[in-house]
Amino acid sequence: MSNNSSALAAPASSKKAGGFDLAYLLLEGRAFFALIAIIVVFSFLSPNYFTVSNFLTMANHVAIFGLLAVGMLLVILNGGIDLSVGSTLGLAGVVAGALMQGVTIAPLGVVLYPPVWVVAVLACALGGLVGLLNGVLIARFKVPAFVATLGVMYMARGVALLMTNGLTYNNLGGRAELGNTGFDALGFDRLFGVPTGVVVLVVVAVIASLVLNRTAFGRWLYASGGNERAAELSGVPVKGVQISVYVISGICAAIAGLILSSQLTSAGPTAGTTYELTAIAAVVIGGAALTGGRGTIRGTMLGAFVIGFLSDGLVIIGISSYWQTVFTGAVIVLAVLLNAVQYRRRVKAPQPSAGSTPSLPNAGAKAAA
Amino acid sequence: MSQAAVAKRAADPRHGEVVLSARNVVKTYGGVHALKGVNFDIRRGSVTTLFGENGAGKSTLMKILSGVTTPTSGEIRLDGAPVSFASSTEARDQGISIIHQELSLAPNLSVRDNIFMGREIRTATGVDFAEEARQAKALMEELEEEIDPMTPVEDLRLGQQQIVEIARSLSVDARILIMDEPTSALSASEVEVLFKVIRDLTARGVAIVYISHHLEEALQITDHAVVLRDGNITATAEAKDIDLEWIVRNMVGENFDLGSPPTGYEFGATALAVENVSVHDAAGSGYDVVDRLSLDVKTGEIVCIYGLMGAGRTELLEAVAGRVPLANGRVVLHGEDVSKLSIAQRIAAGLVLVPEDRQRDGLVQTMTVGRNLSLASIEAFAKSLFLSRSREKALIDDSIRKVHVKTAGSEVPIGSLSGGNQQKVVIGKMLTTNPSVILLDEPSRGIDVGAKAEVFRLLSERARQGLAVIFSTSEVSECLSIAHRIVVMRRGRIVAQFGSNVSKEEIMAASGEAVVA
Repeated sequence: MSNNSSALAAPASSKKAGGFDLAYLLLEGRAFFALIAIIVVFSFLSPNYFTVSNFLTMANHVAIFGLLAVGMLLVILNGGIDLSVGSTLGLAGVVAGALMQGVTIAPLGVVLYPPVWVVAVLACALGGLVGLLNGVLIARFKVPAFVATLGVMYMARGVALLMTNGLTYNNLGGRAELGNTGFDALGFDRLFGVPTGVVVLVVVAVIASLVLNRTAFGRWLYASGGNERAAELSGVPVKGVQISVYVISGICAAIAGLILSSQLTSAGPTAGTTYELTAIAAVVIGGAALTGGRGTIRGTMLGAFVIGFLSDGLVIIGISSYWQTVFTGAVIVLAVLLNAVQYRRRVKAPQPSAGSTPSLPNAGAKAAA
Repeated sequence: MSQAAVAKRAADPRHGEVVLSARNVVKTYGGVHALKGVNFDIRRGSVTTLFGENGAGKSTLMKILSGVTTPTSGEIRLDGAPVSFASSTEARDQGISIIHQELSLAPNLSVRDNIFMGREIRTATGVDFAEEARQAKALMEELEEEIDPMTPVEDLRLGQQQIVEIARSLSVDARILIMDEPTSALSASEVEVLFKVIRDLTARGVAIVYISHHLEEALQITDHAVVLRDGNITATAEAKDIDLEWIVRNMVGENFDLGSPPTGYEFGATALAVENVSVHDAAGSGYDVVDRLSLDVKTGEIVCIYGLMGAGRTELLEAVAGRVPLANGRVVLHGEDVSKLSIAQRIAAGLVLVPEDRQRDGLVQTMTVGRNLSLASIEAFAKSLFLSRSREKALIDDSIRKVHVKTAGSEVPIGSLSGGNQQKVVIGKMLTTNPSVILLDEPSRGIDVGAKAEVFRLLSERARQGLAVIFSTSEVSECLSIAHRIVVMRRGRIVAQFGSNVSKEEIMAASGEAVVA
């Protein structure tokens, strides 16, 4: 695999004429090779690692980070950052939990129990709303993305704590006679043996990949992330694009919140704390540039799997959680270093050999993992 | 040159000695040969001018000489001994300094801090800011520029920023100074000052390498002329033996001119009318950079706006394109008031702008040549929700052909193209939207004569087909090329209008520029 976005020039199989450039291949496909290496190493270290059930469990964990990372990728492609996704995840879970307990309408003296799909839609709408707040602050009021989303991160977390008074909703199952069962499906059901969370991630990633590579919006996003002024003068609605990416990121966080609370069968106000950092790490490991304009869904998905498989592997072989933190950090630093090397190479050595490869970018095959 | 300088120069026994030279230098980028075995000498106390079109390899050669990159083969000799520089800092320590075409200043820092960036004057307790300020002030005086050393660079005009860049090189006591397009953003009087500084430097024994697209200007200052074409040196001569025609002939290998106004057809109705437009100064100084200005252009007509830096040309064009809000007046396109429309809506209505600064406003560096070209016309190849690859490809190929972009393909990074070809991409991008009115802000900035002529030819062809063209320039010779009408701007207002038969002197007199004899 190469980390090519179609926004980057280098075609996937851009080899030096006649030669097989191993260093180039390793660099371009580093996230993929890292994932392979992680799987190989842990399979040797633990007999339980290389089993279908373990992969499904790990994939279930990855689903949460992966969903956040998809939204985060769009934001980072735009040249922004969204620190509020972890809190949005927690808030969406808590709101879903509250809705499952029933909504009391005091003047009428009734308690409404919305069906699960309504709960899911409302939670996603809430996520979108939080994203809208981010987007408007950043695009309309020119608040730097880091600060705006930092503030919203605190606010969303605070609201989640206020709603539950710091407690956790443990009963999310619903009752058959109220017609609101089925919340557990998000976390526990399987489609052809694959957990729902993973299926949702795949669907979201495929849609996002199509949006990035095949729609005008995707093109606008790459352009405005690469050079906002040039994009604006070319007629790209840069503000609209900017607001949209934060809304999408918020919705992705809400979906992740629903899946996580279903997996845990509880919705706590502190769920998802620091997950925004994991999501950023996944995007960076996937080769995206924090300066905007460069990055792919495929890379980001690999990044999410690298982080998930690494940390679960460390748990399985029984390494202390303190060491896990150190390892994860080291992987992130290494990824950023390699990104710098890759982009420097690209500047130094433009690809004059582009004519030698069929020039249709392979975005059709670029759907996520 | 002052009397003292002449005396010093005559007394310098080493004057004219070769200090830095390139021998059989080859540089390849992938499969592209930027330099094909170049021999180049730089002499003490002389100005050596390197002439050549964009993409001829001038910048590559300068980067090699200044240690920014290393040659693929061949050698660099400093004072006769082979050297290789690991970095530009190493070259600078050997007394080789370069002023790049694209400015490398930190806009948030003051003039003083920029001049001493990386070479702060240190004392036991920190940085000696007072001494730095004093030296910066002295440099500004030497360059006859009234800039307070404490002014942030972002508050300076582009021309003044260039002066700061020059001051920085002067402050390191370079003995070899490479200037890549130092005058592209300077006004005529600033150029005079720069030339005086150059003469003083050569008198002190500094070797200067000069690169400029202003050929007449370069001819005034140079001692030796070297012409580079397609990675080869095609001619060298003493400045006293050559003229403008010689340079151009050797640069492009053929005789040509910048063209003449297209004729043989009638102009149509008024395409664009700018009515009583004012634009406030973006810095908030309270005065209007464009002051109740009215201008119209007919279908098929080419109008040139001439003015010095700060005359308000850029602000006017950006306001018409919708980038900057109008303080007063309106913009009428084919009888419809478009003043309230967004940039995107104006593009859709047929009014487009090619911005002055292609790096900052024209190109998306992270995207390919093709995607830059198609960026403004995405709607043209969108099929319902998705984009049509085949239609986009057709559109891009068509565009590359029409604006003659020299590229290894539509999938290469935009940064791999030469400046002139990048500019063609920016123009091509806007022409692909099928505009009826095109505004071009200094379309020839930093591109060579060949590319310039091509751009003008393209515009005059399109004008013949009914495109209304307004372009701005700060080079008089460009006004006298394809424009049917020349409008001179000064302090935000139109001070004179001429037909195409006007003389250079009349235009320059109207603009408030001192007439260069």
